[in-house]
Amino acid sequence: MYKAVIGLEVHCELKTQSKNFSSGENSYSRYPNTNLSPVDLAFPGILPVLNKEGVKKALKMSLAFHCDVPDVLTFDRKNYFYPDLPKGYQITQIRKPVGTNGYVMIHVDGEEKKILIHDTHLEEDTASLDHFGNYSLIDYNRCGVPLLETVTEPCIHSSKEAVAFLETLRNMFLYMDTSDARGDMGQIRCDVNVSLMKEDDTELGTRVEMKNINSFNNVKAAIECEIKRQTEILKNGGTIVQETRRFDDVDMCTYPMRKKEDAIDYKYFPEPNIPPIKIDKDWLARIEEEIPVLPYERCQNYMKEYGLSRYDATNLVKEKEIAEYFEQTIKEGSDPKMASNWITSVILGYLNKEEISIRELFLTPKMLTELISMVEKGSISSKQGKEVLFKSLEQEKDPKSIVQEEGLSQIGNDEEIKAIVMEVFGENPKAKEQYLAGRTNIVDFMVGQVMKKTRGRANPSITMKMIKEEMER
Amino acid sequence: MNYQKMTIMDMSEKDPEKLFKEANTLAHQYQEEYNSFVTILDTFDMTDGKTKLRGIPYALKDNIATKGILTTASSNILKDYVPVFDATVYKKLKESGAVLVGKTVLDELAMGGTGTTGHTGIVKNPWDKTRQIGGSSAGSAAAVALGIVPFSIGSDTGDSIRKPAAYGGIVGFKPTYGLVSRYGLFPFASSLDHVGCFTRSVKDAAIVTDIIKGYDENDMTSLKDDGKCYESTIEQDIHGRKLFYIKEICDKNLYQGKSEILSVLDSFYDNLKKLEEIGFEIEPVSIDKDLLMALYPTYMAITCAEATSNDSNLTGISFGIRGEGKNIQEMIMDARTKGFSELIKRRFVLGSYILQRENQEKLFLNAQRIRHMIVDKINTLFQEFDGMIMPSFGSLPPKFEDSSDRLSEEYLLLENHLCIGNFGGFPSISIPSGFLNNLPLSINLTGRCKEDDLVLNMAYYMEKTFGYQGIVAGGEDHV
Repeated sequence: MYKAVIGLEVHCELKTQSKNFSSGENSYSRYPNTNLSPVDLAFPGILPVLNKEGVKKALKMSLAFHCDVPDVLTFDRKNYFYPDLPKGYQITQIRKPVGTNGYVMIHVDGEEKKILIHDTHLEEDTASLDHFGNYSLIDYNRCGVPLLETVTEPCIHSSKEAVAFLETLRNMFLYMDTSDARGDMGQIRCDVNVSLMKEDDTELGTRVEMKNINSFNNVKAAIECEIKRQTEILKNGGTIVQETRRFDDVDMCTYPMRKKEDAIDYKYFPEPNIPPIKIDKDWLARIEEEIPVLPYERCQNYMKEYGLSRYDATNLVKEKEIAEYFEQTIKEGSDPKMASNWITSVILGYLNKEEISIRELFLTPKMLTELISMVEKGSISSKQGKEVLFKSLEQEKDPKSIVQEEGLSQIGNDEEIKAIVMEVFGENPKAKEQYLAGRTNIVDFMVGQVMKKTRGRANPSITMKMIKEEMER
Repeated sequence: MNYQKMTIMDMSEKDPEKLFKEANTLAHQYQEEYNSFVTILDTFDMTDGKTKLRGIPYALKDNIATKGILTTASSNILKDYVPVFDATVYKKLKESGAVLVGKTVLDELAMGGTGTTGHTGIVKNPWDKTRQIGGSSAGSAAAVALGIVPFSIGSDTGDSIRKPAAYGGIVGFKPTYGLVSRYGLFPFASSLDHVGCFTRSVKDAAIVTDIIKGYDENDMTSLKDDGKCYESTIEQDIHGRKLFYIKEICDKNLYQGKSEILSVLDSFYDNLKKLEEIGFEIEPVSIDKDLLMALYPTYMAITCAEATSNDSNLTGISFGIRGEGKNIQEMIMDARTKGFSELIKRRFVLGSYILQRENQEKLFLNAQRIRHMIVDKINTLFQEFDGMIMPSFGSLPPKFEDSSDRLSEEYLLLENHLCIGNFGGFPSISIPSGFLNNLPLSINLTGRCKEDDLVLNMAYYMEKTFGYQGIVAGGEDHV
């Protein structure tokens, strides 16, 4: 059988105020050609000015990928003519990119896997083209937006691994707030290389490249249909042609685009307008300090330290804000398992239903902790707890006041319950007699009376126990 | 005093509007004969600056962006192009109060050294209309040599200020790389491109440079402000300053039987003697001839490679003349086919070839290595010497009818050493130094990076010694 060998090149737009080499605004606008500077349009005489924020975010990602960071950054030109590239060249990094030789840990099917990063480099995005009948329109808003391209080694062996890596990668961008990484807005895009080799072979097969795939589902589909296509060719004794293919997401097929012989020679050479940039060691150290604990590590910690299941831990780290909410809840004094249960089974569902983020949630970790503690102490039942939580969110009131206002808090105090039980016995002097005569269901009646008096606040099991004791005394 | 002979200092206190009128009249008067300008401005427009350049008329090379004013780079592909922003050098001059008189003709896209390839025709040498003024800053040189303006701005990638200045009998100064912002200069070869000035005195060159220099946040290669005033240090003592010249280029034995070159060299050595008399110490040094022979090919390899990339924005898509065709590739090809002359296309083809993956190592990277070897050699010499002094050229400006592409030995060496200044980014100045057959001769002085003040200081005494300050073509200074 054949083994698939997959490499990914992931382009992700970095979140910055201005573009990578100009003062043009870096923000999405539905009005074409509004976020522009003369530099973005490549008017004669423009010069690039490197955006420090872009470099900082690129370095942060590089460090998070455990990459080697060079002492000096350099930039290069990649030359080709295309209407989405007004300068006729793209400024990118070939010689000394922000990072080389890194790795990213991922989880696939409960297993851990190390994905090797060949390099990650800072470059600029192109303009976007819209093609119509016999004309095309160019929107230069995207032109010059900082782009971080992360290239893996060919170390991925299935579409599942590829998607798991992409999800981890996107999460890392989100955790570090270096990109919004939204596929639907083209902020994260992917080139995929696929080749097949015999299980026991040592040499890689001929690779086929698919460019610019903009959703993880399509990456999955493209890999799967390419593996199928190549397997069939090899089974029938054919050979794979080195080429670039286009993935069509309508009929879920790949089509030939360009043969190897037609590959463009990009004539790379050093960008003369950007001198080599020395990276200050202290600055780099400060950037490293800003890196939060990342999802993979957090997930490991939650399982190890709090004994959470991988399922729950994974759910909690999916978003940094949720993980932070969880951790804050623990800091406030909640039991980790309880906190995890409340968040994963109640709160996440609510967020989903209401389509809001945890940042918009009225209930603070402190409030959740109070709620959990009321349930734990038995002052309210867990069923009541849920009701209180929803009421709290609905009325934007903290759970404690809801419990108080509605008189919900259970009476768990033995003395207090005892007093009411005795009161009920006083009002029903024949009850004990009837009970002893074998009418045991009178107990339920008595419990009901206590509940009536306390408006359901008496702890039912304590009440039951006390009534039985009194009957049998 | 005759307007045409006035230096910047002579013009201070004069009525700016009257000065502009003089300049404008002369610009029109000489235009048909010499063709210095692509655009002559007829409206006086002055910002009330408080500098020595307030009210001084000047000209800008037409590859420097001027918002709202046609800027063509003397190429058909940009013949109707009007920039949307100002080059930093233009902005600084505007703020200083200097008054723009016109945009000057250059060799197309600043590629070339003849002044004959601009889309509006050839520029003639004011000293002899049958000869070239040289290029690429041809019109800027001619305008100052004719006395239309006391100073002009040019760009210099190999010798494009210093050579036409030399042919025109005026001062041409290319400061240290990064001293003057390149923002808004249409690039030729970015790693070698410099903005500089033409004047009729060294002191004027210092005055202009004091205004146009300075850090620019729009140019990452621009230098931090040095806080110096070059004009104020120009008269410092130069006793004991040490200069060298390159034996392998200046040795008369190399040019037996070539009387014109020998006369140029005689004048050069006479001048060296005079400089020694006023306190300079001058020595010949030896540099590996193979290295010197590689100057021109190295220059061509680097400039063609960078130019082919730099000019890839000229497609007619986002600006410029839109080409015709069935698809975008055809449209780009049509615009570029019609927009560039054959010479430019030839350079682009060379540049693409040099950058091709299979040729990079042998052609492009070797050129970079040679560039470094030469610069290292000069820097080593600069540890001992304060400057390099050389004849700006070996042969008088070519006549239009007999210019050729021939690569003879003297062509390679005596005519092509000025690019050393670009390779190393060294400040370098050409000063008129005599006459031969009624045509000006010139000496070039190149110094250490960031020591523009010292170069101007030494050049000031040289100018004084040679005695050709302020000469204007056709004037009675003709010796």
